[in-house]
Amino acid sequence: MKNTLPIVLITSVCAVSIAHAGGYRVSLQGQKAQGMAHAGVAMSESAEAVFFNPGAMTDIDKGEFTGSLNATLGTSVYQNEDTGASAETDSPLGTPLNAYFSQPISDDLSWGVGVYTPYGSSVEWEKDWAGSHLVNDISLAAVFIQPTLSYRINESFSVGFGPAYVTGGVEFNRNISTSLVDENGDRANVTLDASGVDAWGYNIGLLYKLSDKTQFGVNYRGEVTLEARGESAEFDNIPTSLQAAFPDTTFDADLVLPAELTIGVSHRATDKMTVAIDVNRTYWDAYEELRIEFDAPSVPTSVNPRNYHDSNIVRFGMQYDYNDSWTHRAGIYFDSSPISDGFFAPETPRNDSIGYTYGTTYRQSDKLSFDFSLLYLTFSEIDNSYDFFVDSGGVTQPFSGTYKTNAYNVGFGLTYAY
Amino acid sequence: MNIQNDKRQSFKKIGLVFAVAAAIGLTGCDPEFSNSVDDTSQFSAGDADFARFVAVGDSLTAGFADSALYIHGQQNSYPAILAQQFALVGGGAFTQPLMNDNLGGLLLGGNPIAATRLVLTGPSPDALSPAPISGVPTTEVQDVLNGTFNNMGVPGAKSFHLGFVGYGDVAGVAGGTANPYYARMAMSSVSTMIADAANQGPSFFILWIGNNDTLSYATTGGIGVDQLGNLDPTTYGSNDLTDPSVFASVFSQYVTALTAAGGKGILITLPDVTSIPYFTTVPFNAIPMDQATADASNAAYVAYNGGLQVSGIPAAEVAQRTINFVAGQNAVVIEDETLTDLTGGGLPSIRQATADDLIVLPASATIGTLADPMNPASVIGVGVALGDGDVLTASEIALVAAANTAYNTTIAGIAAGNPDLVLFDAAAIFADIAVNGIDYGSGIATTTFATGGLFSLDGVHPTARGYAILSNLIMETIENEFGAVLQRVDPGAYTTTFVE
Repeated sequence: MKNTLPIVLITSVCAVSIAHAGGYRVSLQGQKAQGMAHAGVAMSESAEAVFFNPGAMTDIDKGEFTGSLNATLGTSVYQNEDTGASAETDSPLGTPLNAYFSQPISDDLSWGVGVYTPYGSSVEWEKDWAGSHLVNDISLAAVFIQPTLSYRINESFSVGFGPAYVTGGVEFNRNISTSLVDENGDRANVTLDASGVDAWGYNIGLLYKLSDKTQFGVNYRGEVTLEARGESAEFDNIPTSLQAAFPDTTFDADLVLPAELTIGVSHRATDKMTVAIDVNRTYWDAYEELRIEFDAPSVPTSVNPRNYHDSNIVRFGMQYDYNDSWTHRAGIYFDSSPISDGFFAPETPRNDSIGYTYGTTYRQSDKLSFDFSLLYLTFSEIDNSYDFFVDSGGVTQPFSGTYKTNAYNVGFGLTYAY
Repeated sequence: MNIQNDKRQSFKKIGLVFAVAAAIGLTGCDPEFSNSVDDTSQFSAGDADFARFVAVGDSLTAGFADSALYIHGQQNSYPAILAQQFALVGGGAFTQPLMNDNLGGLLLGGNPIAATRLVLTGPSPDALSPAPISGVPTTEVQDVLNGTFNNMGVPGAKSFHLGFVGYGDVAGVAGGTANPYYARMAMSSVSTMIADAANQGPSFFILWIGNNDTLSYATTGGIGVDQLGNLDPTTYGSNDLTDPSVFASVFSQYVTALTAAGGKGILITLPDVTSIPYFTTVPFNAIPMDQATADASNAAYVAYNGGLQVSGIPAAEVAQRTINFVAGQNAVVIEDETLTDLTGGGLPSIRQATADDLIVLPASATIGTLADPMNPASVIGVGVALGDGDVLTASEIALVAAANTAYNTTIAGIAAGNPDLVLFDAAAIFADIAVNGIDYGSGIATTTFATGGLFSLDGVHPTARGYAILSNLIMETIENEFGAVLQRVDPGAYTTTFVE
């Protein structure tokens, strides 16, 4: 009740969007990990392991449910010193959710299920801003539902695997050229709306215990391609004499949710303190282009080269068990951008970033505990351009400028074990 | 252990955590640039004073576009854009004689005397061409506006018109002695444009006049007269070339009047006609033919070609006039009154165009069509020559260039002779852009007709985006010469051509 006040304060003051790692990967998959820089592949303390490392689930010797809600806030600004143009995103509040359940079947076998949203983007620039031919606004979300089995092979090794059902959608609006307007001067634009696009992925993990204090984890989540087929494409403000060429139609497009490999280590340095280091490699190389093919033959296929490259995130987290009731966490991570020079499109206006995290857990009882986390993510200012927009006259129109973004997240979680 | 106390303490801690979160939320919301373009403290007027800014000129200053003056164009005229940026550094109010609507066109006594603006329209998306937007103009010339206007751009005005008494007399509009655009904004029926401008005591002015002194001759294919040597402009026809001495005389008087209040100013040179799509869009060899069509078309000129051989004209002119079509692209047949007159012998003054001739934009609507719908041999540009008014021939281009160069020499000389004046060399800039296009920071614009982004559908006047690009370039000159720092505009945010 009172606890909701800070969120109201923050959201009323700030423009918000989903906090991001590079590209449209969102690292908000569990409060405990979020407190320690989202490192967790070698941690085995929470049902969050369904996501972070299914191989670690066998270490959870009780049935456990953990779920959380995030309120995530972010703003990007743009300017171009040659044109004096400036713009700022005014994106809606992002509220990524996750929930995990883990239940031992025997000493060596556990099952569980996770629901989480590892990819998303919500960026809303001012309508008809300087880069409106690239994007006015975009909202992208994908929910993963992952049933999982985890098996302890011996005292050192355990493994886990879960297929993931993925359902996602995207809404994307942009102006169709740098200049086309109707007779009233309103910019011609297109809205692409795909929802309920589903696909399958998987999540596999391995945990290796070197000693009581030190364990290693490896996790791999497979690439998922959301194949939107026959989804809605609507054109607005098309001049009357061009309307025959731009009918409302349907489109096909593939959106790749890249694979991610994580390796990491955790070490219980003292009875109370644990440190963890994770390295993520996200296989963004798979995102070569956004290709939108329209069913109406008069609407030309929109080819948007992206040319992302694989990128790494390095995460350093620590956890301190203050007393029986309180655990505190902190972390820092360094996320490198998957975007190459000349491919910087304002739909994901994000550069290399550093994330600072804090988290805490309050155990009200053996069964019930509350989790809380904070993230502040600051992206380096970047001068870059997108050089591959082909305008209606056939002229390639580069779009350049300076971007700066920051984001933060407040997360609340609840864990119930029995 | 007191559980109550422990819980109370815990909730205090949770409260603290929330407070920290809220504090971060309140302080760290927006990322900010270290050098924000929106930081107005970085802008300054330098040595210039923009309190009373007056722009004097013709259609280019008025914000004319798409063959019409209409509100949207006026609001995006280069003086209006500049005034909006000057406002950040002490610029005063900027008034314009706004039209009554966004259709454009004029009424005189209720009767239309100027057509509405051009938009691209057509029966199908791949067959668009410029045509006046539907609707009836509502701007009545007789409804004379009150007050003074900072934008003294008057479409159609030539250099000498600025000093003409009666050029703003409504009663003279019907008879052609007055200009309807000036008549609706003139201080009185006997005031002059230059007096109306100078009486505002400009602290800063722009003078860009003389475009129409060559343009009306050029756009009508040189049917007018080169008035070189005739120093009395009251005897000129509307499509004649102004004598450079007349230009020099009136131009220096205008500068004297505009600088009387001690202000600073910019003088703008006059772009060459070869810089604008009105003359560069229609190729001289616009006629594609196969062999059979070429043979049939040649057959119609056997008598003409044969007549040239025995006419006694020099061999070079025989070669110039001999008409020959081949398979592939063919030069259009044009009238050229500078050829030796052989009409007495039944030979018209015609030849095929060359790359040195410029064909006007409106000819694109007629070339290749039948002059006589019942006669398949009357294809315009093949069996029927393109009229004199549709072609600016090489010799006419030379006359235009000579006059224009002379005017620009005058403008540059006056600018160089007065430290309060700065030259903005639009002629050089337009010539460069015609070849290279221009990267305006958030995109590229070219002079390609209809799609290039720079020129409106009349092929002569810029689009709003073109005027914005021009404004940025003028601001660059003001910065360089007067030490001002001005906020640029984003040309990408301005419109180009309109499709209905």
